[in-house]
Amino acid sequence: MKKNRWLSSLYVWLVMVFLYAPIAVLIIFSFNDSKSRNTWTGFTLDWYVELFHDRVIIQSFAVMLVVAIVSSVVATVLGTLAAIGLNKMNKKLKSVIMTFTYLPMINPEIITGVALMLLFIYLKMEFGLQTLIVAHITFNVPYVILNVLPKLKQMDQNTYDAALDLGCNPFNAFTKVVIPEIMPGIVSGFLMALTYSMDDFVISYFVSGASIQTLPVAIYSMTRRRVSPKINALSTIMFAVVLLILVIYNVAGSRRQKTVRKKQGGEY
Amino acid sequence: MKQHGLLKKLGLVMASVLVFSSMTLGVAAEETSGYDMDYYSQLKGKDVTINVYNWGEYISNGDDDSLDINALFEELTGIRINYTQFDTNESLYAKLKSGGTTYDVIFPSDYMVSRMIDEDMLEPLDFENIPNFQYISEKFKNPSYDPENLYSVPYTWGTVGLIYNYDMLGFDPDSWDIMWDENYAKQILQFSNSRDAFAIALLRLGYSINTEDKLELDQAAQMLKEEKPMVQAYVMDQIFDKMQGNEAAIAPYYAGDAINMMAVNDSLRFVIPKEGTNLFFDAVCIPKHKEDTEESRLRKLASEMYINFLNEPDIAAANIEYIQYSTPNDAALALLDEETRNNPIAYPSDEVLENTEVYVNLSEDTNLYLDQLWTQIMSAEAGYNYWSMPLFLLGALALSVFITIWKKNRRRRRDRFDYEISNF
Repeated sequence: MKKNRWLSSLYVWLVMVFLYAPIAVLIIFSFNDSKSRNTWTGFTLDWYVELFHDRVIIQSFAVMLVVAIVSSVVATVLGTLAAIGLNKMNKKLKSVIMTFTYLPMINPEIITGVALMLLFIYLKMEFGLQTLIVAHITFNVPYVILNVLPKLKQMDQNTYDAALDLGCNPFNAFTKVVIPEIMPGIVSGFLMALTYSMDDFVISYFVSGASIQTLPVAIYSMTRRRVSPKINALSTIMFAVVLLILVIYNVAGSRRQKTVRKKQGGEY
Repeated sequence: MKQHGLLKKLGLVMASVLVFSSMTLGVAAEETSGYDMDYYSQLKGKDVTINVYNWGEYISNGDDDSLDINALFEELTGIRINYTQFDTNESLYAKLKSGGTTYDVIFPSDYMVSRMIDEDMLEPLDFENIPNFQYISEKFKNPSYDPENLYSVPYTWGTVGLIYNYDMLGFDPDSWDIMWDENYAKQILQFSNSRDAFAIALLRLGYSINTEDKLELDQAAQMLKEEKPMVQAYVMDQIFDKMQGNEAAIAPYYAGDAINMMAVNDSLRFVIPKEGTNLFFDAVCIPKHKEDTEESRLRKLASEMYINFLNEPDIAAANIEYIQYSTPNDAALALLDEETRNNPIAYPSDEVLENTEVYVNLSEDTNLYLDQLWTQIMSAEAGYNYWSMPLFLLGALALSVFITIWKKNRRRRRDRFDYEISNF
């Protein structure tokens, strides 16, 4: 039994190393004194200073954030409403629509990218922020639907009816009963949309225009000369911020649970 | 356009909030004196924006106390620059060809310039508006890719050569043959882009690097196949790390980048092999505007001012110090320090240049054929054949059909079992 525990913790550590070693290397080399990516030549913070002087990187970073936030907010609203509609549909129609919803996720990104590009050209849309946002909404909506739908299924339909019985009008019942009930699904859908949007390279590559570019596209363009360690510095900052948010979120979450438990008189 | 205005504005506001410090850190205004202000201020207050599309990391941008050329230009002229970057000539071409965007200034390489001229994608430049063209060295005017010099101004140039680790080899090679030497198996790096890799094989065979002769290309492909077991990796920018870290002994790459690598690792040296090599140019061009309007004319003028500004001697000199390739601008060259000017790697003698060839655009047929040969070389061991993909798809389809039927059967059997149990 004891041996087993030792093995399993070793296994966990191996997985951790496998997952985090690349990030560790990236962070270490953001402090490297030269542009080299394999020899350590000394400690410096220069890359962090220069990062903030580099208009191309900072601007494309800003574009990436704007696109990710706007597109995932819109996708969350659209996706949640769609999920509610789907939940009320009859089985056949629902499975047809769900197949169509899955399609953009199963479809290779490059096909979605080229298709969107051709569509925008056909519609004579100017390539730029607007095309990027529309494209990102397109591939974000399915993720929201897939996160919200299970929550709706789990929800007891009777609570909604009860709310109506107790004098709520349908809108109030929706905002006060349904929405809080499916909130975890909405939040995780939103976060997933946000991540996918920030990650996306292929589709952004095809629909970004002459005036604007997202960060992944800008990084890719550096491969002829060399990807600058400024990118390491930026990635390190992003990693640290995300880590911080997660820690705060979890700490706050566990505190809240504790207070809830206390209020209930420690019956758990 | 109108209905997207709000989105655009929102984006701009958020972007400018995030770009907090970057604008203010441009170079102080007094440095802008000494330029022809009558010329540079002619578009002031007209709210002109140009879209510049350049290679990544290919302009002096304020790193390491270098000049921030774009910021300086904006301050000097009041013209706004949208600056974006591309990664290969082919993706630049695809972006332009797709037609969804309007670029004002682009930086294609030699063969891409000639292809774009052939396909009528470039706007003839008005050299009246680019007086600094006078500084371009005579030997780089009227290049083979733009014979009458109507469409392009050279931006940088350089050669491809052999970078080698003297401590690992123990001697100075002078021929591309070393890349086929079995003694250095697995210490050799090769280009991962087909045109550059084929050029080396063709040079070694004594053929033109622009050959369209299928027999000659076949021979070159054969040679590259023979080389494959000895090649450690097919790479582009990883060459820096591998050569600097003594992980490989021999690699072909661009002269300007070789200088960078040699500064980090003392044992690295550079040679242009005796068989000759490729001389490359990156040029500045203006793509054809879709329609001729007042706005497009203003933007063309602004673009020409930008090209002119890039060729101001002090700007071009600062820029080339950052990029570390070679400058075609004589006045800028004169401003560089002596060590750089006399560096035979960056500025080889005319004798060496004599033995070089510039890429020209290949026919569609040849391009396709090259791609095919390259795929064959890259998949030589895997025994790639054209049937594998459709067979794989068929297999996947058959498997999914099989799983569906099997599941259905199982369910039916279970249902029947349940039925029998209940009847029992």
